[in-house]
Amino acid sequence: MSVRRLSAQQPDSFAFSDETLEKARWWMTKYPPERKASAVIPILWLVQKQEGWVSEPAIRAIGELLGMPKIRVLEVATFYTMFQLEPVGSAALIQVCGTTPCMLRGSEALMELCRSEIGPKDKLSADGKFTWQEVECLGACANAPMAQINDYYYEDLTPDSLKAIIEAFRAGETPKAGSAIGRHSSEPAEGALTLTDPSLYDGSRAVPITSLPNAREPAV
Amino acid sequence: MPIAKVNGIEVEFEPGMTVLQVAELAGEEIPRFCYHERLSIAGNCRMCLVEVKPGPPKPQASCALPAADKQEIFTNSPMVKKAREGVMEFLLVNHPLDCPICDQGGECDLQDEAMGYGRAGSRFDENKRAVDEKFMGPLIKTTMTRCIQCTRCVRFATEVAGVSELGLLNRGEDAEISTYLEGAVTSELSGNLVDLCPVGALTSKPYAFNARPWELTKTETVDVMDGLGASIRVDARGPAVLRVLPRTNDEINEEWISDKTRHAVDGLARQRLDQPYVKIDGKLRPASWGQAFAAIAARVKATTPDRMGLIAGDLQDAESMKAAMDLFRSLGVASIDCRQDGSVLGTGPRESWLFNSTIAGIDEADAIMLIGANPRLEAPVLNARIRRRWLTGKLLTGVIGEAADLTYRYNHLGTSPEAIRQFVAHGPISKEKPMFIIGQGALNRPDSAAVLQMLGAAAKSMGVVREGWNGFNVLHTAASRVGGLDMGFVPAAGGRNTHAMLAAAEAGELDVLYLLGADEIDTSRLGKAFVIYQGTHGDAGAQAADVILPGAAYTEKPGIYVNTEGRTQIANRAVFPKGDAKEDWSIFRALSEDLGHRLPYDSLEALRRRLIQDHPTFGQVDHAPGHVSAGTFDVGAIGTAGEVADTPFRSPVTDFHLTNPIARASVTMAECARSLKAARGLLAAE
Repeated sequence: MSVRRLSAQQPDSFAFSDETLEKARWWMTKYPPERKASAVIPILWLVQKQEGWVSEPAIRAIGELLGMPKIRVLEVATFYTMFQLEPVGSAALIQVCGTTPCMLRGSEALMELCRSEIGPKDKLSADGKFTWQEVECLGACANAPMAQINDYYYEDLTPDSLKAIIEAFRAGETPKAGSAIGRHSSEPAEGALTLTDPSLYDGSRAVPITSLPNAREPAV
Repeated sequence: MPIAKVNGIEVEFEPGMTVLQVAELAGEEIPRFCYHERLSIAGNCRMCLVEVKPGPPKPQASCALPAADKQEIFTNSPMVKKAREGVMEFLLVNHPLDCPICDQGGECDLQDEAMGYGRAGSRFDENKRAVDEKFMGPLIKTTMTRCIQCTRCVRFATEVAGVSELGLLNRGEDAEISTYLEGAVTSELSGNLVDLCPVGALTSKPYAFNARPWELTKTETVDVMDGLGASIRVDARGPAVLRVLPRTNDEINEEWISDKTRHAVDGLARQRLDQPYVKIDGKLRPASWGQAFAAIAARVKATTPDRMGLIAGDLQDAESMKAAMDLFRSLGVASIDCRQDGSVLGTGPRESWLFNSTIAGIDEADAIMLIGANPRLEAPVLNARIRRRWLTGKLLTGVIGEAADLTYRYNHLGTSPEAIRQFVAHGPISKEKPMFIIGQGALNRPDSAAVLQMLGAAAKSMGVVREGWNGFNVLHTAASRVGGLDMGFVPAAGGRNTHAMLAAAEAGELDVLYLLGADEIDTSRLGKAFVIYQGTHGDAGAQAADVILPGAAYTEKPGIYVNTEGRTQIANRAVFPKGDAKEDWSIFRALSEDLGHRLPYDSLEALRRRLIQDHPTFGQVDHAPGHVSAGTFDVGAIGTAGEVADTPFRSPVTDFHLTNPIARASVTMAECARSLKAARGLLAAE
């Protein structure tokens, strides 16, 4: 983590889209009117969803919407690293997990690939389509190494599979999220080792019941 | 009352006190950086750790821990000492070792506490962090690497100053204090941030690298930049006043002072009048005191008393005004006035020109109506007190006048005297301690006597003045005004007031006009009158003068000032007057010989004795009369009936930083005014 500053390049203005504003108002109704500033984090999220990042005019607009000083909004926006203060790639924001399990499973190679395919960390790529970051544990250690790309997890990555994913994004597609090696959820990589008997799932082991468990004894 | 034991000694305390406060009651000093009595509790520096029984067996932050009955508090146990040493070591991990080049050196809380809790060496081999400097305006110099994130500055700006411009950005090791986009702090109280900073992160920009605290002569005195008479300490080295700091005075300024009070003092070294001048052939030429007096005497003797006038300015001490008044009265001059702004106060009971609720009374008020006043610009420290009361939610605020940003919300009831009319027959209100605060904006209009009458009637109708509470308050902007009014420095029967004197001068009906530090008059209207200017700075008055007599500024003479509450305060001399300049009263004493009407006092003591003898209120030093006379004060009888014009009230203070000759000579104040203008321009552009 390093000092986060507002981007040097800022748009002239920011306007809430109708959809964002509607959702923002929904969040604001969750709090008493004099405490509507409590909605600042969800609204920062909504703005980031709309624009891809949080710009300085957007921070001002949020301050006005919530009736709070803009410095307070800036404090929140700089505190949480998930708020992007720089413009991010138009096709994909790739957040490669670099914490221990992913690192042991090869995240460093993924980052090396990002470096060669996209460019330096935390910087917009030359074509403006990609940004990649190293982030802390995203909680998908069983499928390490992994990366969050935009809103989805891409797991069990190798440099080759990540390269294919990047190519797909570059071509304007949205590749299928989840495990890159086709594994179901976080099952063992070679397939399930337990609970493998098909009869568990076809209903054949179900026994018709005569009475409900714990049911009251029928009156004699 | 509950009782706690501090290091084995029993102390009684009031419920709701924190462990830190209880320990202080017992006389134990607790080191602290983030805790400040007048700010909210943050609890983030951890320096105030103590051991408390019963409780978990670990050190606890005493500033944020409520004290409980039968609690045992240990402030000097080995565990406490070790814990504080640990905290200190962590604080110093990222604090640079640059005390020799730090302006805070010698008066730094961190330095002081490190003497008690610091280690001799460092165990930290890694790189220290470095933080970019931040711009915070013309008064605050930043060295943010020294910041220990106590957030006192953020809390002061948000809570006391009422400008939410400072914040703690980023997190953890990267946390840093900044204003939004590094804009200048726009508060009139921003200089106090420097005092609050326990380290050298925020230091005074104008004072940067000027002096070390131990080189300075410290003089406790009184401020004259506004009508409050804040308690200050003037720090001087040799003949130069280097800085002004607040003194704690809960009755007036608590421990804050405005930026003008603090930073206008560089004006004391510029544009100074340090010798007499006499105009010869249309040009002011240096002269001796004797030549100047002779020139004056010649003109005075050539005219008659009804063709002479005397106007006193805003920064005068009571002694000089008394001497001037006595001299002119003995000459038979009726046209004397201390109200250069044309205010109508000065007739009727003394209560009609005082801030009768007292400044501390604001803490009890439950309704305040501001009439023609902008306290944020006229008395920023008073405004902070109103804001604090407002923050408790127990204060109803209303404004008749400009709808300015006062740092608190208010009901805007109108801009002109018309808005007062609805209160004239309002009937008693349900508030227990209501206040009218009447600014000079309501009192210096041509129709102000009628406005004052209307206000008196409204105050009477609403029950603002009652037994045990006097809510009728006049907020003065001139430090000399109440003293002047108290001694009757107003036109005698048949005399002219300021406006009439200027009109007479313009019409050629006035031969001699004596300006005692009066610069805020329209000097283009002086016509052919022979103008004598006695003062400190080459400002408007001196430029229009035919004879200039150099006087002493407020730091250069002992003097009595009466603040807006009617509190008589004695200022002390910090440095000597510049060059040939003399203390103002002694100039009149000397001049009186030349005019053949020798004043009957040869020393300041004799003058003061005379002053107190003639006007006993000057003898009540540091006493604000407050509501004592509320029962006999008929507020409905003040002012005179008449037509009221429907023009909006305007505060006399438009440029906060440039209200008097000292401030106008100050480079710092000019810079502040420029910066504020730029910030306002940006806001307008948005």
